[in-house]
Amino acid sequence: MKKSRYGACLVGAFLLLTLDSGYRANGQERSAIGRVDTLPWPASFGLGRPATQAEIALLDIDIRPDGKGLPAGSGTATAGKAIFTLKCAACHGTDGGGGPGGTLVTSGAASGKRAEKTIGNYWPYATTVFDYIRRAMPFNQPGSLTNEEVYNLTAFLLNASHIINDKAVINAQTLPKVVMPAKNLFLPDDRRGGPEIR
Amino acid sequence: MKSTDNQVTNMPTPKKLSRRTLLGGAATAAVAVVQTSFAKAVQIGISGTSFPADDPTKRPGVPPGERGTRSLFEKAAKKPSDISSRTPLQDLYGMLTPSDLHFERHHNGVPAIDPAKHELLIHGMVEKPMVFNLADLKRFPSVSRIAFLECSGNFRTGKETLSPQDICGLTSQSEWTGVKLSTLFREVGVRPVATWFLAEGGDAAVMTRSIPIRKGWDDAIIAYAQNGEALRPEQGYPVRLFLPGWEGNTNVKWLRRLELSDQPYMTREETSKYTEPIKDTERGPGKFRQFSFDIDARSIITFPAYPNPVQPGWIEIRGLAWSGRGKVSRVDVSTDAGKSWHSATLQDPILDKAHTAFRYLWQWKGDETEIMSRVTDETGYIQPTIGQLLEARGPDMGGYHLNPITAWQIKRDGRVLHRPETWK
Repeated sequence: MKKSRYGACLVGAFLLLTLDSGYRANGQERSAIGRVDTLPWPASFGLGRPATQAEIALLDIDIRPDGKGLPAGSGTATAGKAIFTLKCAACHGTDGGGGPGGTLVTSGAASGKRAEKTIGNYWPYATTVFDYIRRAMPFNQPGSLTNEEVYNLTAFLLNASHIINDKAVINAQTLPKVVMPAKNLFLPDDRRGGPEIR
Repeated sequence: MKSTDNQVTNMPTPKKLSRRTLLGGAATAAVAVVQTSFAKAVQIGISGTSFPADDPTKRPGVPPGERGTRSLFEKAAKKPSDISSRTPLQDLYGMLTPSDLHFERHHNGVPAIDPAKHELLIHGMVEKPMVFNLADLKRFPSVSRIAFLECSGNFRTGKETLSPQDICGLTSQSEWTGVKLSTLFREVGVRPVATWFLAEGGDAAVMTRSIPIRKGWDDAIIAYAQNGEALRPEQGYPVRLFLPGWEGNTNVKWLRRLELSDQPYMTREETSKYTEPIKDTERGPGKFRQFSFDIDARSIITFPAYPNPVQPGWIEIRGLAWSGRGKVSRVDVSTDAGKSWHSATLQDPILDKAHTAFRYLWQWKGDETEIMSRVTDETGYIQPTIGQLLEARGPDMGGYHLNPITAWQIKRDGRVLHRPETWK
């Protein structure tokens, strides 16, 4: 029993040596041994299935800052206010002024205090407002709003934050063009690694 | 936990008591055994309100079981809030976090997902948009890696009665197993123009983060297992993104979709959240750091620590050190409030981007003092004080990516208290 196991080990060691010399014979660097398990990989493992355009469309709900992904439809602040009062005010306060779910609209910071971070002063892209409301709100019924409702709510919050006027129509063309006050607040990570403390 | 009583009440009524249970009798109320339809006695949990006061060597023990249980004497538990639940670092040993004590952070609860119905869609800037189910993912070449996972909002202070769990319990460590994302990238044929990808969860927040593609090619794992078994629901069952060394939020759980893109999506979690003030820049003051992925090196002493008091004599100071940028190189411990530092022993294995246990033997003579630890990682980064962080980031520094040296006050009567840090 012991002897045959020992034998198997020897065979294993021999295989390793053969592989090793094989790669060297092919002119590859010694470091190629570190990738020994990936070298014989097939071009494809043949796992999974091709995604259909229909199923991609169903799941692909993200909105980019350039507006890619925005659906048809439009909204206004007036229509949004009614929906907000009904579906959002319980958590975010009347007109988004604050509640257990956080403040969305800044009413002006008390003197000597830092302003709360809100859509008007801390959200760099208006498209994020649409994206986030549609995917995650209302908190107790996420994903229940129609695209039209989301456009209306987005228009309401942008108007309440004094970013668009109350007549503005928000849709796939106009939303990406809204310039947010916080647009230039953000910089990519400026930490560079190494000993420096940043 | 009071669940022990409930466990007994909620059990299916045993059709027939086993001989062992009868032998154990009323005195071993802690043992629960049922008989299956195959007339085989199985242990379904060691529970009950009391253990026998008599000699366990004088009666048979519990028969073998299907799943292990924790001794009723062990009370380690997570500490939940509305949005997170913290790991009891002060109650743990070694480098691994038991899966059921791994911290939780989620944005609208833990979803219940049927793995048979869960799929991962990869699309966007790829040659072949594909859908993979769990069985597919498990058939790909796999990888396992022990690494920490830490929420970037993981520092609390402000009062003395805080334990390691309270101060930084949003870090845990597991062995994660899955398929390398690079393997899947290869399979779908990621186009060279793709520079970012969006990761989306299938929870009620349908949470999304944009990730630079180089992390996907480098060491990202599509993980389906944790510490040898399927992921826990709280950690993303049935499949999650795992990005070694990167802030917890980017490790999207309940992963359902990856979309390759040539720009970030500027999702809510990478703009209005998980961003922090920078002191001054070439572009003026009042700027905020975005896409700050790497977790800087950090350590904390987990023993002695509040709430557990100490007695004079020999004390093995124990703790954890880690860095999202590489391996831990050394940990220094001070027992005189930072005046002098001594090299701690590091416990093997010292892994890349992993919690590393450290120890330092100290004789406490009963005098009041402060003890603290300071890690250095292999990039040469030395864990800063809160003062150094303030100096670097300015007085408005937020709550993200805070990794200061954390001190414990040792009182004359043996009480161990957090030394609160103040900066506002």
